[in-house]
Amino acid sequence: MTDAISVEGLVKTFGRTRALNGLDLVVQTGEVHGFLGPNGAGKTTTLRVLLGLLRADSGRAQVLGGDPWQDTTRLHRRLAYVPGDVNLWPNLTGGEAVDLFGDLRGGLDQARRAELLERFRLDPTKRCRTYSKGNRQKVALIAAFASDVELFVLDEPTSGLDPLMEAAFQQTVREVSAAGATVLLSSHIFSEVEALCSKVSIIRDGVTVESGTLAQLRHLTRTSVVVEAAQPITGLDALPGVHDLVADGGRAGFDVDAAALPGVLRHLASFEVQTLTSRPPTLEELFMRHYGDAPESAAEATSAGAAR
Amino acid sequence: MSAYAGTGRLVRLALRRDRVQLPVWIAGSAVILAAGAAAVIDEFPDAAGRATALQGAGTSPAVLLMRGTPVGTDLGALVNFRNLAFMLVLAALMSTFAVVRHTRQNEETGRAEMIGAASVGRRAALTAALTVVIGANLVFGVALIGALASAGLPAGGAVTFGVACAVTGMAFAGIAAVGAQLFQSARSANAFAATAVGVAYLVRGIGDALGERAADGVQVTSAWPSWVSPLGWGMLARPYGAERLWVLVLPILLLVACVWGAFALGGRRDLGAGLIPERPGPAAASRMLLSPLGLAWRLNRASTIGWLVGSVAFGLGVGSLGDVVNDALGGNEGVSKLMGQLAGTGSAGLVEAFFAAMMNVFGAVAACFAVQVLLRLRSEEAGGPAEAVLATAVGRARWVAAHLACAVGGAAAMLVLAGAATGLADAAVGGEVGVLTLVGAGLAQLPAATTVAGFVVLVFGGLPRMVVSLAWAGLVVSLACGLLGDVFGLPQAVRDVSPFTHVPAIPAVDATPGPIIGLVVVAAALAAAGMVLFRRRDLAT
Repeated sequence: MTDAISVEGLVKTFGRTRALNGLDLVVQTGEVHGFLGPNGAGKTTTLRVLLGLLRADSGRAQVLGGDPWQDTTRLHRRLAYVPGDVNLWPNLTGGEAVDLFGDLRGGLDQARRAELLERFRLDPTKRCRTYSKGNRQKVALIAAFASDVELFVLDEPTSGLDPLMEAAFQQTVREVSAAGATVLLSSHIFSEVEALCSKVSIIRDGVTVESGTLAQLRHLTRTSVVVEAAQPITGLDALPGVHDLVADGGRAGFDVDAAALPGVLRHLASFEVQTLTSRPPTLEELFMRHYGDAPESAAEATSAGAAR
Repeated sequence: MSAYAGTGRLVRLALRRDRVQLPVWIAGSAVILAAGAAAVIDEFPDAAGRATALQGAGTSPAVLLMRGTPVGTDLGALVNFRNLAFMLVLAALMSTFAVVRHTRQNEETGRAEMIGAASVGRRAALTAALTVVIGANLVFGVALIGALASAGLPAGGAVTFGVACAVTGMAFAGIAAVGAQLFQSARSANAFAATAVGVAYLVRGIGDALGERAADGVQVTSAWPSWVSPLGWGMLARPYGAERLWVLVLPILLLVACVWGAFALGGRRDLGAGLIPERPGPAAASRMLLSPLGLAWRLNRASTIGWLVGSVAFGLGVGSLGDVVNDALGGNEGVSKLMGQLAGTGSAGLVEAFFAAMMNVFGAVAACFAVQVLLRLRSEEAGGPAEAVLATAVGRARWVAAHLACAVGGAAAMLVLAGAATGLADAAVGGEVGVLTLVGAGLAQLPAATTVAGFVVLVFGGLPRMVVSLAWAGLVVSLACGLLGDVFGLPQAVRDVSPFTHVPAIPAVDATPGPIIGLVVVAAALAAAGMVLFRRRDLAT
């Protein structure tokens, strides 16, 4: 399978700020790829480089087999972009803006346009100046999804949408994905990425820190366990791979590294366990591992404090 | 809680937000008036000269329409004739914009919602806005009185002048307050108020143009339409003429009526809603819109039409003056010489030199238009929709070219219409310069205006974050060196910097193709370089 997007060692500086610092990203054709990172991590900068709106200082970027800086307009016929902050012309109506973006991209499927207007409940006769942020977002989404393209580049596309519209968005992404299109989805909303994406790349300070399927990333991280037993649980703090332990008699809550899980379960078996819940980490927790204020040592200190 | 609770705090908030805008507007107006008064004192030291000038102006309906009616031959009366109409418009626009800014704009942006949720009465926002604007008009009036008095003009007339402007501004504040209740967007409310100013100007212009000329020719009595225009009332008080202070009660009555109406309307609507709903627009785009050029035209359409109408009006005014210029200024050696310098001709016929000088002014206006259109490139790029447009299959050069086409095409249309209007008006008053000659003279300015446009594209490509200031600076330098270089006595090398220096002064001299071709080449090179630079740089959002 070819890659829809492949980026290697991308560097982009603005004056003294290094927005991208050797970023890598591979999006295979046909996948829905989540692109996660906190504000200022370089997500939007990366997308703008991929669209030929910014020129990288060094590194290699390829989009749909072409150079995004050189083959800009040719590539743009085959992709659709939804910016993070959609700005429209105040005196055009939403319907006019949808048609305009679609046509400038090379054409719009009218039946699909009507269907999406209905689904996203957008009144196309209103002037853009009267639209809320969510409605402006809808204009860009409808214009993108009504275009027949191979690649969708979406920069935090659901900011400002209510939960109902978010569901409509997820349905639409599944439709275009089922039709074979590739989607690169930059997002803050973990549940959305968990629901939609087969692969995830996490970036921080302009570098990719994790990349893989959700399953692969979970493998790297811990499971949260809450256990209740008939006898007081002891000895957990001595086991390797156990973190953030809160023990209170027969009740204990802790995180455990995936590799240490078998040993922990063997240890617990001797305490007549009554209930045991475990859950995989949410993306939020994955995120916290990389960007949280509490790295290893601080987490250890907290658990020590709690145990006192 | 009283309906007015919190008004004091909102007044302070409004003053804080306007702490630059209003002082600059007021001080700027006072400086313009002081300069205008000084110019009159300098140009027309004796009553006979003033009488001649006024007698000439009084015969031209176009001048009466633009300026108002002359009220006498005193120095102050001539200052009134040359400046009062403009000052009244400045007071009116200051007031309408400020009222809308502190009422409807707050509602549209949602700020009013947060304010209304606090301990603030229902009537506080409008009361605070009107308080601030009425206060601003009082300061405006005092500043104008100061400007006139400091120029050495009698205080009595200065007070009438200042009070006329202040109460006119207040009347338009009332009109804007009503508009802010009617319309849902600040833009529509501003358009309503600005249209009111425009209509009021036109109605009083018609009344003045139809006015009755006194036997001595230095006074004109306005016809009845001037009496139904709020802008007319300020003039009918006749500062420095046979003053009629009682007329100034009329704007105050209008203010009271409007404020009463605005509160009544405001009580009948919800926060954020307008009494006139926004009209729905087309649900789909027409074919016309669906290209970069179609989009650029759509974005510039309204303002282009405004500039075209203005050019025709200006052209008609200039054309109707040809005859007057000959009669009134024929004997004035200094003015003839000045005209020759402005036109860049030594000694052609006075009327031809006058028209050539005016064509230069049209060229300058066309260049202003082109700069304004092209600066849209930057506003679309900086936090505007350009990012999304350039992420479609539209190439950067094509996007810039579409806006450039609107700038140059609009400038060409302006110059053709201005030339034709000048020629037609000239023919109507018995002139013999010829419509086609003047259309050609207008078009001869196009390469110079286009060169300015090319410069803006170059700066946009190379230094996008500085394009606004550099574009206007470039325009000012070209106008100063080109149009006024001779008057200022600048050396030729400096004057050659401006494209306007190289435009042949048609109809005073014959057309020569050389400089025109040269300018076209320079303009094309500047624009092409700008596009290449833009193609090579990052989008600067």
